[in-house]
Amino acid sequence: MKETTDFYASSSEGVAEGAVYTAMGGGDWADIAAEQAERGDETLVINMGPQHPSTHGVLRLMVEVDGETVTSIRPGIGFLHTGIEKNMEYRSWTQGTTFVTRMDYVAPLFNEAAYCLAVERLLDIEDKIPQRASDIRVLMMELCRIASHLVAIGTGGMEIGALTVMTIGFREREMILDFFEAVTGLRMNHAYIRPGGVANDLPETGIAQLRDLINWLEKHLPEYAAFCNENPIFKGRMCGIGYQDLSACFALGVTGPILRSTGYGWDLRKQQPYCGYETYDFNVITWDTSDAYGRFRVRLDEMWESLKIVKQCADRLEASTGEPVMIDDPKIAWPAQLAVGPDGQGNSHEHIKHIMGESMEALIHHFKLVTEGFRVPAGQAYVPIESPKGELACHVVSDGGTHPFRVHMRDPGFNHLQSVPIQCEGGMLADIVVAIGSLDPVMGGVDR
Amino acid sequence: MSDNDALIPEAGTGPAAQPAPVRQGMWGKGSGDTSGYNGLRRSVEWPAAAVAPYGSWFDDALGRLSQLVADPFSTVVVDHGELTVYVARERIVEVMQALRDDAYLRFEFCASVSGVHYPDEIGSELHVVYHLQSMTHNRRIRIETSCPDADPHVPSIIATYPTVDWHERETWDMFGIIFDGHPHLTRILMPDDWVGHPQRKDYPLGGIPIEFKGTVVPPVDSRRSY
Repeated sequence: MKETTDFYASSSEGVAEGAVYTAMGGGDWADIAAEQAERGDETLVINMGPQHPSTHGVLRLMVEVDGETVTSIRPGIGFLHTGIEKNMEYRSWTQGTTFVTRMDYVAPLFNEAAYCLAVERLLDIEDKIPQRASDIRVLMMELCRIASHLVAIGTGGMEIGALTVMTIGFREREMILDFFEAVTGLRMNHAYIRPGGVANDLPETGIAQLRDLINWLEKHLPEYAAFCNENPIFKGRMCGIGYQDLSACFALGVTGPILRSTGYGWDLRKQQPYCGYETYDFNVITWDTSDAYGRFRVRLDEMWESLKIVKQCADRLEASTGEPVMIDDPKIAWPAQLAVGPDGQGNSHEHIKHIMGESMEALIHHFKLVTEGFRVPAGQAYVPIESPKGELACHVVSDGGTHPFRVHMRDPGFNHLQSVPIQCEGGMLADIVVAIGSLDPVMGGVDR
Repeated sequence: MSDNDALIPEAGTGPAAQPAPVRQGMWGKGSGDTSGYNGLRRSVEWPAAAVAPYGSWFDDALGRLSQLVADPFSTVVVDHGELTVYVARERIVEVMQALRDDAYLRFEFCASVSGVHYPDEIGSELHVVYHLQSMTHNRRIRIETSCPDADPHVPSIIATYPTVDWHERETWDMFGIIFDGHPHLTRILMPDDWVGHPQRKDYPLGGIPIEFKGTVVPPVDSRRSY
């Protein structure tokens, strides 16, 4: 840690006296410890994580405490860096969906949607996506939002001792994941949303299963409000903790429920609609306390708004049964449909029969599109969407080839973790986990 | 390639038409031609620079920017409804300050900073791409600046947008672009003692040795590509 200019001071404050500790830096443990030994006061330096259960994955926090008061906290990230962005440069555009879905693994469908919307913008096919495909995307994203908020509320509750909130949260999430499994074949890491549409249509029993799920959620979602909203212990732990006001949110690039808990109703689904969100009836939830409790209430109410959208999707999908879910362009559309065979999931038997037994041209077409892939015109696109955590955006650069030239995901968690110091310094040691739980970072997305 | 030197853009300008990058594959002969005759020639057509009027709110905003900062940008590209403004690195701090502070521009939110490595753009190989968002006017703008590989320095805009702290550290980590004035430009995703910057196109990729066979799965960049 070096002495540096304080970039966060306004110009009127003048130059700060003595050492300025910029809280968001990395820094090595040996340096911190040596610095502490030199200072020789009562401050304790604590390393928290990266394997701490309350840090939501592999997040490392370097904390300095005076008694129980946090005087300095520095997050260290990168323990889950898997080079997804680099890997994508050597895979075809369609294969990219299997990579991005593994970034924020609690909300995988949002990663896929952001990436596919960016690729579709470069392909200039945004207005050729079938309506049913867009409706299925919205349906899956909103269910995914509920599942993600349930994890945020559930694990956030568990960390402060409200274990029941976690057990019922994962119970509801499991129902949603069962529906995802019925539609995409997988509970997580779906690679379901593809450039041009979605991988396959809902199964025959899909709508009935969806109605059951809606009924289940309508019955069980009120339990969270009953358990938590007026619970004195819950409020005692959450109210006034992790305070971050609107200007701090802007300065640190914070969006999503954290921004909306300051009272500012910024939601990209309303402000810059995509996938036809402007045609759905829902409200943007805000709260005015700017603290962990406000974020909990925003997430709680957002689940109800998402459920409202899911119901509208169910009606639309019932009406559009049988319509295509992939773009009508054989140069882009994935040639095969999925089917469940005796040895697991694979290509549909009709398709295999067609390419292997009936049409040489169809086989060549399948082979070219699957191995080589389609070309995307040169250029760049940046598509932001409202993920459960905030603005999730995909910056895609193409050089006209069959694989991306560069893909960068702007993950909301990456930005939100920068605000850990502003939320925790000056507070109590025990409130760190509450503040981080209210930020809802998923390290797969933060580190990519 | 020498015939096409005139097409290679100057430092700080936007991209132009270029010969297609040479594809090195296990069986390829350079062009990615799978016909067997190797006669296919391709070029990369980057979106052309736009000339005023640009349409939409772009003219007003860029006109206002020109009033506030002398000669603020070199090239403007409008593609798929997205506005990209190429700014020389010497001007980037001034331009960002004006974009944030002026009431007519008011891009109060910096969403993302990332790098792109264009090894074929001699003299401006490394690009930094900033995505700004104006919540007041509900507008988005992309600012792009570049620096040569031999002198990878770009001024930090952390004084204007504190959120770029981690973004600039990531861009340094992945591309080796040095953001002058950043208070602690250290690695953020890779380990502290890592050598090299993995997102660069010239970063060596290792193969995977296969146990017992004495062979390797070749690195991905030497596999067949089209």
